Amino acid sequence: MARLAGRRALFAVPVLLVVTFGVFAIAAASPFDPVKAYAGTAGLTASQENLDQLRANLGVDKPLAARWWDWLTSALTGDLGDSSVLRQPVADVIGERVGWSVLLAATAFLVAILLGTTLGVLAARRPGGWLDRAVTSLAYTLEAAPPFWLGLLAVWLFALKLGVLPSGGLTDTASSTVTAGQVASHLVLPAGVLAVSQLPWFVLYVRQGVGDALGDDPVRGARARGLAERTVLLGHALRSGMLPVLTLIGSRVPELITGALLVETVFSWPGIAAATVQAATAVDFSLLAALTALATAAVLLGNLVADLLYGLADPRVGFDG
Amino acid sequence: MRARSIRAAGGAAAAVALAVAASACSAPGDGGGSGGAKDSAVVGIAYEPDTLSPLLGYGKDGNSKIFDGLLTHDADMKLKPALAAELPEVTDDGKTYTYKLRQGVKFSDGKPFTAKDVVFTYETILDKKTNNASKTELDAVKSVEAKGDDTVVFRLKYPYAPFAERTVLPIAPEHVAGKQDVNNGSFTTKPIGTGPYELVKWSKGEKLSFKANPDYWGGAPKVKNFTMAIIKDDDIRATRLDAGELDGAILPPNLAKKYKNDGDKKTYTAKTFDYRVVTLPTGNKVTGDTAVRRALDVGVDREAMVDSILDGAGKEAYGPVPTDSPWFTRGTERKFDAAKAEKILDDAGWKPGKDGVREKDGVRAAFPLWYLSGDKLRQEHALAYASDAKKIGIKVEVQSGTWEVIQPRMPKDAVLAGGGSPADPDFDQYTLLKSSLAGDGFNNMAHYDNKKVDEALEDARRSGDHAERKAAYDTIQRELAKDPGYTFLTHIDHLYVVDKRFGDLTTQTEPHDHGLASGPWWNVEDWQPKK
Repeated sequence: MARLAGRRALFAVPVLLVVTFGVFAIAAASPFDPVKAYAGTAGLTASQENLDQLRANLGVDKPLAARWWDWLTSALTGDLGDSSVLRQPVADVIGERVGWSVLLAATAFLVAILLGTTLGVLAARRPGGWLDRAVTSLAYTLEAAPPFWLGLLAVWLFALKLGVLPSGGLTDTASSTVTAGQVASHLVLPAGVLAVSQLPWFVLYVRQGVGDALGDDPVRGARARGLAERTVLLGHALRSGMLPVLTLIGSRVPELITGALLVETVFSWPGIAAATVQAATAVDFSLLAALTALATAAVLLGNLVADLLYGLADPRVGFDG
Repeated sequence: MRARSIRAAGGAAAAVALAVAASACSAPGDGGGSGGAKDSAVVGIAYEPDTLSPLLGYGKDGNSKIFDGLLTHDADMKLKPALAAELPEVTDDGKTYTYKLRQGVKFSDGKPFTAKDVVFTYETILDKKTNNASKTELDAVKSVEAKGDDTVVFRLKYPYAPFAERTVLPIAPEHVAGKQDVNNGSFTTKPIGTGPYELVKWSKGEKLSFKANPDYWGGAPKVKNFTMAIIKDDDIRATRLDAGELDGAILPPNLAKKYKNDGDKKTYTAKTFDYRVVTLPTGNKVTGDTAVRRALDVGVDREAMVDSILDGAGKEAYGPVPTDSPWFTRGTERKFDAAKAEKILDDAGWKPGKDGVREKDGVRAAFPLWYLSGDKLRQEHALAYASDAKKIGIKVEVQSGTWEVIQPRMPKDAVLAGGGSPADPDFDQYTLLKSSLAGDGFNNMAHYDNKKVDEALEDARRSGDHAERKAAYDTIQRELAKDPGYTFLTHIDHLYVVDKRFGDLTTQTEPHDHGLASGPWWNVEDWQPKK
């Protein structure tokens, strides 16, 4: 198990190198000019000398490879550089925001897994029954719905029509302190929308897995022994039916990150999504590279966790992958 | 063993989820929006500052809430002392400005404000290593010197009459900002100043929360808590104003209309210097021709633009100076007259071609006009301009792009630009019209080149005498009527809707760039909320 984790960690190094270099290359090739983005409207009245000085100060007049190498070597010593668009050290930007993003994504992911498993098991119990048909068709519909559209729909329904939940932000507009109660009420809609957008995958996988397991020998054997239906369903069918879901957990991480990006934007959630969008449009190399590296690491970690869980759950699978 | 550990993990996960769900349910809508507290105000604005450090350009035109400048503007845009004790003494033919400082002022951390902070602020802004994009505005400054604790002397490179207008820029504390990286230090997000408000929290992309500075030298503000919610989308801002979440907001004319007869809310119309203009580059054979320029100048229907594009919230513009400013030269208004425009073109030899587009010496009267993509207001101005031009036989091809696309084309292609600084006529006109600034960044985008205008611009900025300056700006405006290197279209009013419980508020004359310093909350520290 430790060997698997170690091997994966070694593999992560070249992946991260390639990804960060790719980010620098794409940002350098983008039509946006970091100096114009930095100067904003003030740049429209600035002298050329002033703008040239800014270009030199921001270090964007150097060639692409040199900039990447500078970033990489200082990042290895723990200095992630400064974000030009936010006028802050990158470490501060990420530190301030990543917690809120993790809270949002983790809540949504847990809700999606638990709710998905419950609905999946219920649907699998009577294939073709009314519950199965309702759950399955709902799942397919949700699968097709983009998260930002769900988000806008939720704002319209819960915040504007019913007025029961706040439409965005981390706290009420007039409030200047962050309290747990405020955050909780502001978390419901974004986390709910993100969970719902991830839900169909879990419902459909669990339904399929449990449905297949219900026809397998162990379940028939258990039933023949006269075990209670509950024990059969949860103890036998669900356990073997959950295996594909474990793989799914790993592969859903990238989707969760992009989903969180859209949901954060819709609900003005102060996570890293807003910073990512700003970093991209302002060609903020340091911030962009750090955020991409972070997302890459999250995906690699998700895959590792899935593989480890799979190995733990199914002894036939070793830790050689 | 393994199965048990998985089951345990599942149990733990379920417990966490339940706890989260429970806490989510137990959160009632406490806080209750803004309507509650009498001494708090929440307003919705459209732009977010990039930084809160004056050293990087924050608050350079005044009204920064957190800071004070040496001087400040009153409701009529007249200068009055703030951190200075009186208006500056100007000597040495306008090249030396001496400021006596107010005594006993403290920063919100309790440390005293002294002349050293003023010198630090200006010297840091002018330092090459400081990433301040507005430092060109202080181009005239040669040196800043403290004389004792209470006097600051500015020496200028050349006589510069509007210099005092620049000294509204906020003063940063040397003992805080001087100890950290000026470009990325924590001062850029957690500022400390002498101003009427202290920053409580800047939640980026969401809001800025301020609380009153109880020891403010100008008296503690009555509005104790002030929040600026950053809401980029106009419709969402209007919705949140309706929902009672906001006490006031900036709105476009079409959304502000419905509050006209609202019993609880009052609409304020701020006069502005915010112009929209079409650059007519000298380097283009068509737009460089004086006849074409003059024909376009009288051939565009500005009144129709004000009515249809701005819903009446604006004025026709004939130059950077609005028609209701004391600096405006009466008699330089140009009436819309399509027949006269056609006659000018006929007389100059621009004859209609087969497809209705005029020609002269094999040159078609056609040119591209760029606007910043995504800017609906500029797009509508550009399309209206093109449609008016078509009627007099000039083909204008409207195209959109980002500044990166537009900038290299500026010497030859027309651009729909915007701007406007109300504090002094020099600020707009010098950078817009001075021939030596042609193509310098975004200055003089049209590459306008007129000797008389160049001379008058220099006279106007050097002379400290109001009558002399007025005469110079009159010359410029008359020259612009004769040789309009830009077609000025409109000056745009800014509309704000605010709850009536704050009483009758005022607005200043506003610039193009109207961030958190503009609007009826320019002087929120003086508001007197009704109990």
